[in-house]
Amino acid sequence: MDFELNEDQEALAEGVAALCAGRFDIETVRAMATDGLDRRRWTELAETGVFSLTRPESDGGLGMGWADAVVVLEQLGRALVPGPLVATTLVAALIGSGGDDGSEIAEGAAQGTMVVGTQERSPGRCYVEFLPWIDALVISDDEGLWCVDAASLSTAGAAPAAHPLDPLTPVTAVAELPQGRRIADADTAAQWRQCGALLTAALQLGLAAGATDLAVEYAKQREQFGRPIGAFQAVKHRCADMITRVEVLRAAVYAAGTTLDGNGVDDPAHSVAVAKVLASSAAAACGKDSVQVHGGMGYTWEVDAHLYLKRAWVNDHTFGDGDHYAEQLAAGLIGRYQ
Amino acid sequence: MDLCYTEAEEAFRDELRAWLNSVLGDIGPTPADHTDLEARRAYDTSWQRILYDAGYAGIHWPAEFGGRGSTPTEHLIFLEETERAGAPYVGVNFVGQLHAGPTLIAEATPIQQSAHLAPILSGDHVWCQGFSEPGSGSDLASLTTRAFDDGDHYVVTGQKIWTSFAQVADYCELLVRTDPDAPKHRGITWLIMPMDLPGIEIRPIVTALGAGEFAEMFLDEVRIPKVNRVGDHNDGWRVTMVTFAFERGTAFISEIIASQRLLADLAGVARKVTRGSARASDDAEIRRELGRLEAELDALWSLTKRNVSQAQRTGMVGPGGSVFKLAYADARKRMSQLAERILGRAGLAIGDTLDLSELDHVGERIYTLTLTIAAGTSEIQRNIVGERLLGLPKDR
Ligand SMILES: Cc1cc2nc3c(=O)[nH]c(=O)nc-3n(C[C@H](O)[C@H](O)[C@H](O)COP(=O)(O)OP(=O)(O)OC[C@H]3O[C@@H](n4cnc5c(N)ncnc54)[C@H](O)[C@@H]3O)c2cc1C
Repeated sequence: MDFELNEDQEALAEGVAALCAGRFDIETVRAMATDGLDRRRWTELAETGVFSLTRPESDGGLGMGWADAVVVLEQLGRALVPGPLVATTLVAALIGSGGDDGSEIAEGAAQGTMVVGTQERSPGRCYVEFLPWIDALVISDDEGLWCVDAASLSTAGAAPAAHPLDPLTPVTAVAELPQGRRIADADTAAQWRQCGALLTAALQLGLAAGATDLAVEYAKQREQFGRPIGAFQAVKHRCADMITRVEVLRAAVYAAGTTLDGNGVDDPAHSVAVAKVLASSAAAACGKDSVQVHGGMGYTWEVDAHLYLKRAWVNDHTFGDGDHYAEQLAAGLIGRYQ
Repeated sequence: MDLCYTEAEEAFRDELRAWLNSVLGDIGPTPADHTDLEARRAYDTSWQRILYDAGYAGIHWPAEFGGRGSTPTEHLIFLEETERAGAPYVGVNFVGQLHAGPTLIAEATPIQQSAHLAPILSGDHVWCQGFSEPGSGSDLASLTTRAFDDGDHYVVTGQKIWTSFAQVADYCELLVRTDPDAPKHRGITWLIMPMDLPGIEIRPIVTALGAGEFAEMFLDEVRIPKVNRVGDHNDGWRVTMVTFAFERGTAFISEIIASQRLLADLAGVARKVTRGSARASDDAEIRRELGRLEAELDALWSLTKRNVSQAQRTGMVGPGGSVFKLAYADARKRMSQLAERILGRAGLAIGDTLDLSELDHVGERIYTLTLTIAAGTSEIQRNIVGERLLGLPKDR
């Protein structure tokens, strides 16, 4: 057993962090709220291998594991990189190049020429994320995965909400999701949901860590009553609670990635549920605490604290929320006594 | 990252399991009367002796000091397997095994080591920890139990408190003030105090559980030979802190495994308890809290493996080590809160839940109160995490 990042994973984390610092600095990221996704930079993400990481080598990908993907998505979350990172990664990973209907999309996703979003099928009106930014939408349901041309949805009269909860996650109300064309079977759809929950939890880990860093830095600088506010226990202890949530979540997310790769001792479904339950409570809690530590500044558009919090809120309800997975874990526990 | 165990680690586990299987049948249950400390001592030390005879005592101690010299991962496996098998807990051997022993290994003279280490491992000597005082708890370094220099002896007068198992201990790791004028951390000395010296009076304190598990210790001109000093005169604070460098992320493994067992049992209780026409397990709030706690305990088990892996690689535990106790105490306390809700009026007696469970969920509820107090309160832990891990400024 060696539950530490290996050298490759460390290099991966550093590489992505450096890419984010250079090409996804916060001004650039914020500009996308009004200007839309910066396609050039998205392609740069692809060129570093972000989307082809978990694509099998036989399909021209890098053939790496979910544990590696988790390390990457953590960094992207920390840098608040917007866009359908999880869906695009999933298409590239789960849809092969072998001639089935989705192969073109998958290929494009891996190379960064196709931006792919996702939505779980539900009856009636629903919000679809990133519609103006994406080329294709993958709809998942119990029967399989279905693909819809994004442009066809936009032309159906749906306009993006003027004030999305997270300014960097545009949402569009769609009256009824079309059936779409089927690109994968029910098993792949199940895998899609499981891996999607894992990668979303990894983003949440990055968001929780980023919100914590921001608060801690502010607590060291901001002075009141003649000393840095971080010297006050009420502030210090809040920060201690934040880092505690981050480290516990980190353990869960890394464990789930490792287990999904077959390098664990637990049931993968169980470990993903664990990660998503913790991600749901930790990321939003750290976001809120970060706002609080910043005082009035925390309630401004200018300070990034609200961006972490809002993204966390969005992710909480993507690929199953905390309550859903808590129920699943409880059912496992209670089921032992049936 | 790899959570699979190596072949050697699996072999160690198999061998240990087989051995546990062969010995545990002959071990009786823990003494029924939890207030009878003599019986607890006898029970805990006889298990220690069995471990010793089989070469499992001091699993994490270096081989040159009689230990097994196992890796942190083997230590993890050892604690996991013994707990899963229902083997006795370290109990009264806690201070000797996990605190005084490691301190002696790091700081004592060879003569002191040969006198004390083997009897700790074999269960012949039980140690207690005489650190806290009525006026010095969280602010331990302010302690005032005074030791005067008298030739080849220290003469010690003062009062200790909360000394767990003092009533049944043979030796005490004792912190005393040897220089009241020096800055508080620089005037403390670490002594080995035999508990049978004249001038020691022990008065049990009844805990909230109703047991006399810890005690007050009154010291009245107790003459402790200077050869019992570990480290230098006035260097006791550093000696005390050395033990923390021995921490390998393994401290709460038994507790995590035990907590998982309690939670699984609680889920079973929730299926049995009915309120009106519904079972407690039909209540979504209760179910989700069960699920969330399952997630938290599982994550803490993963965090343990991370901490142990870091120790295995670097000899030290990273950030996860400092936050572990905070998260664990919180999860465990919430678990007893949930148990309280589920049991309702079936939870009105310690050690008996109207046959709903074999486990003592009510005693647990009381015991978990200590988790945010003993060995550094959660407030103090948060100060440490804030200042040492996050680099936030000190209060003063
Ligand atoms: C079951 C049990 C077993 C124990 N066994 C032993 C033993 O064997 N040997 C031994 O020496 N000791 C033992 N202790 C003592 C234990 O280490 C102390 O209780 C602990 O360090 C707290 O000290 P105190 O009780 O004096 O509380 P205090 O220090 O008086 O604290 C009271 C409250 O004030 C808070 N507080 C204090 N200082 C600060 C601060 N700076 N900032 C914020 N809050 C603060 C605390 O968090 C706490 O909530 C044991 C305790 C328990 C509960």
